[in-house]
Formats: sequence, structure tokens, C-alpha cells
Amino acid sequence: MSEPVSTCRREELKRDTEFRQVLMHLRRNRGAMVGLIVLAVFLICAVFAPLLAPYDPTDSNLGRALEKPSAEHILGTDELGRDSFSRILFGSRISLAIGLISVSIGLVVGVPLGALSGFYGGKFDLFMQRLIDILIAFPGILLAIVVVTILGVGVENVMIAVGVASIPIYTRLVRGSVLSVKEEGYVAAARALGIGNTRIIIRHILPNCLGPIIVQSTFQIATAILWAAGLGFLGLGAQPPNPEWGAMLSKGREYIRVAHHLTTYPGLAILLMVLGFNLVGDGLRDALDPKFRKSR
Amino acid sequence: MLGYIFKRLMLAIPVLLGVSILVFAIIRFIPGDPARAIAGVHATPQHIEQVRREMLLDEGLHVQYYVYMSNLLQGDLGRSTFSRRPVVTELRERFPNTVILSLAAMFVATVVGMSAGIISATKRYSIFDYSSMVGALVGVAAPVFWLGIMFQLLFAVRLGWLPSGQMGTFKHLILPSLTLGLATAALIARITRSSMLDVLRQDYITTARSKGLAERVVTYKHALKNALIPVVTVMGLQFGTLLGGAVLVETVFSWPGIGRLMVESILRRDYPVVQGAVLLLAVTFVMINLLVDVIYAFLDPRISYGSKEAE
Repeated sequence: MSEPVSTCRREELKRDTEFRQVLMHLRRNRGAMVGLIVLAVFLICAVFAPLLAPYDPTDSNLGRALEKPSAEHILGTDELGRDSFSRILFGSRISLAIGLISVSIGLVVGVPLGALSGFYGGKFDLFMQRLIDILIAFPGILLAIVVVTILGVGVENVMIAVGVASIPIYTRLVRGSVLSVKEEGYVAAARALGIGNTRIIIRHILPNCLGPIIVQSTFQIATAILWAAGLGFLGLGAQPPNPEWGAMLSKGREYIRVAHHLTTYPGLAILLMVLGFNLVGDGLRDALDPKFRKSR
Repeated sequence: MLGYIFKRLMLAIPVLLGVSILVFAIIRFIPGDPARAIAGVHATPQHIEQVRREMLLDEGLHVQYYVYMSNLLQGDLGRSTFSRRPVVTELRERFPNTVILSLAAMFVATVVGMSAGIISATKRYSIFDYSSMVGALVGVAAPVFWLGIMFQLLFAVRLGWLPSGQMGTFKHLILPSLTLGLATAALIARITRSSMLDVLRQDYITTARSKGLAERVVTYKHALKNALIPVVTVMGLQFGTLLGGAVLVETVFSWPGIGRLMVESILRRDYPVVQGAVLLLAVTFVMINLLVDVIYAFLDPRISYGSKEAE
């Protein structure tokens, strides 16, 4: 059965106008713009790391170990004489990858579960809610630690662990959104026209829940980067010689008295990247919330 | 109200059961032989066989879980493969230290966060408002372990004012609690500010002001109480973040708490202790959430305690 063209077109037009409005509000938000610039810089660093880095991040030179920042090594060298700036540049690849991939895992599993739970309700919903209650009983990073304990250390396992820890957040968020959206007139209309449930969820419900999902994902990437750096710091994340920021910080700590640059700069890099995502998330939340837009 | 508390308690039971199943499963999910994992890396074949028999690993999972739960309810969580001491003893020694650290951090977070939030709201768009909100943004984004190391560098290594780690006097508690509490303080400051601003716009505040009440009385007596409701909720939810953060802060400051014990045990593959620590942290978190729900119900009379009151 074909869907009524006018209803679909109207929905698309509405979404297009909303998208333009969101972009306009985002552009006016100074914080969000600062966040976007910070993230753009990190993205450039990550993509062009081999071109931008003055040295190979794994090349050691014991004769130049623990040097302070200088013209030759702008952020100094580590205990093996490796260039800290190059390692931080390459580290942005790992942090961004962990943030993006782990959030994708959370989205791919959490969104469908939340949508089905909210849409169908009943026993499945009840079961899912209790399951989520159990997962939420573990503070996020603790759940990630539990998963790493089972899977073992390493970057890939950190991505999975952090992804798994974010599943309950998405499931709960999407369920809540679906519960309110499914009562809308256009969903009842689609149902009256005999459109299948799967199609209703994918074409009519989920696109209208996108706002909170996008906002949450932006914040979640920031959280994922912090959790992953935390795991790296504890020795449960990326292993040497990987230039992961958390692990670099942990190693640098041993030399805090003689070379504090080894802890200061990787930490600043984490802070700036997380701040960038948080600022963009704040901006998106404000731009996507019609109440806030009117009050401005 | 009592009915509500009872209902909320009942809801916590399946969650706690679920948590116990997940913790029980940790050891069974690890690739390889669970008996070898529990017995430890250097265990003899005889010892591995003994563990297998004790844990009934040749029996069905339901039998194993039944035995695990029976032991758990009798306070038996097994023995550490590293120290050979009962896990319960290890946890009992370390848990109070984590509680002390978390409470001190929550105290720091509440005092710093609420003061900054209230001053920001009452002096909106002032330099204090801008700087404390920028500080809050940075505070939320800064990795807690890095913040701890920076504090150590400044206050212990450079200035020599405070000890850099370990547990001992009150001085030892200052840096870890400040480190752990600052991120939460940042969040509390933001919530307090926006909640206060919302309340200060309400009609009854205008009425109070038009009665000629002093601004201080309006702010602290009329506005603050209502503005605190969302703050209390956030504080409760933040306790989980604090417990998670404690794992990192305890490692930075060599604080002998549950978090550090857990990380050391993971690195040593001392799984019985890992299980015990995870279980204890999760149960504590569930209990705190329960307490927050009850406090929240006390604070906000609009919450319905059951169908009768709701009508």
C-alpha cells in the first residue's frame, strides 16, 4: 500500500524547516561555535596526523629522553625520547575513534531496543525495563570496567566496553521519546492506512525522536572519551606503544617531578576534546528545544 | 508514604537479584576455564581441580548460582587468590575508606557547587557568574585522574602544603576529596543556577518582593527551598558518578578503598575480589538511589505515593 503523498511531503517539509532553524540557532550560539572549532581542529589533527606530526610517534631516542619542551620538540619528549607532540596528535585518532565507535555500538543496539520497547509495550517492555534497571545499577565506568575484565585489555575491547555501557542510556532515552511520539496523530493515521509496524517505527517514529538522540550522542561521545581515557589510565585500555592519552598520562605520572609536561599536555588534550563535544551538545540541546528558542 | 517506601524497596529486589546474576556471570564469561581463572595463574592442577569441585563447575548453571547465592547470603564471597584471605574481610577493610572519600567529596561538591550556583543566579551576568560558569564547563570536561595529578603537582610537589597520597590524617583527605568532588560541584553549580533562575521568575517571589521583604530573605527563605528539589535529584544521581570516579581517584592518591582494590585485583586476575568489589559498589549505588527517591518524595509533595493519594 502506498502512503499518502501529502502527509509524507508535509512531514519532510516540516523536518527541513526545523533543520534550517536548528542550524540558524546553532550558528548564533557562541559556545557551540567554539566547540565546533575545537572539534574541527582535533578532526584535522586526527586525519592528517602523519603529515602534521614532526616525528614518528613510536620512534624512541633514549639519548633525548625526558627533555623539556623546546623548539625541536614543542611539547618535550617522553621517557623513551619519543616526541610528545607527535604522540598527542596520533592520540587524537584513538580518542575520536573510541568516542565515535563506542557511541555507534550504543546507538545500534540501544535505539532499536528502546524503540521496540516503547512501541510494543507489554511484557517485552517490562522485561527490557528490568534489564535496563540492572545495567543502570552499575555506575557507567564500572560497567565498562566489568566488560573489560571479561574481554581483556586493548583498544578494541575498550570500544566494546564503553559501547555496552552506553546501551542502557540510549534504550531508556529512545523508549521515552517513542512513548510520546507514538500517540501523535500521524502515527494513528499511518496505522489506519494499514502501514506495517516496522515501517511506522522507521519512517514516522524514529525520525521524530532524532533530536534527543543527537543531543545525547554528542554528550555520550564526550563521556566515552573520558571513560576510555580512565580505562587507559588504569592500565585496562590501550597498551604500549599505542599513544592513547589516558595511558600516556599514567606513564607520565612516574616522571611528574622531572617532566610534568608528560601528564599536563595529554590531560589538556582530553579536556579540550571533551569540552568541545560538551559545548556542541549544549548548543544542539538549546537549538533543538523549541521552548528555549522562543525564550531567547 | 510508608507504602511508597515499601513499593520502592520491593522494586529494588529484582534489580539486586539481576546485579547478583551479572556478577556471578563475570567469571563464567571469561574465555577459558573458570576454575583456572579463580585458582590463579600459578595454581597447581590439584588446586584447580579443588576449585572446580568447590564451585560445582561440573554442575548446571542454576545449581552453581544457587550455591553462589547461598554463600553470598551467609556473607561468604570466597577467598582472594592473591592474599588467600576471605574476600569479605578485604572488602570490610577497604569499604569504609571509600565511604569517607565519597562523603567528603560530596560535601565539597555541595558546598562549592551550591554556593557558586546561588551567587551566579543572584548576580546574573556578573564577572562571578561568567567565571564560575566557565569554571563549571571546564570542571565537567576535565578527566578526574588528570585533575588529581595536577593537584598533586601543585600542592604536594611544588608548594609542599599537602601530602600527595596514602591515607592518614585529615590533610590526606583534602586533595582526593577536592579532586573527586569538583566535577560534581560543577554540575551542581549549573543545576542550582538554572533552578534558582527559574524559581526567581515565579509569581510568589514577585509577591514576596512587593511585600517589601529583604532580598536575602526572598533568596534564601522563599526561593532556595524550591530550587533545591532538582539539585537533590542530581546529587543522588551523581553519587554513582562519584563511586565510579572513586576508582580513578583512589588509584591516583593510593587511597586504600574499594575502587583501588578492584583495579589491583583486575590486574592480578584475582577474580573473587573483583566480583566482591563490583557487587558491593553496585549494591551501594542501588541503595543510594533508593534513598534519593525517598528523600525526593519527602521534599516534593507533588509526587504521588500511590493510587489513593494520586486521586
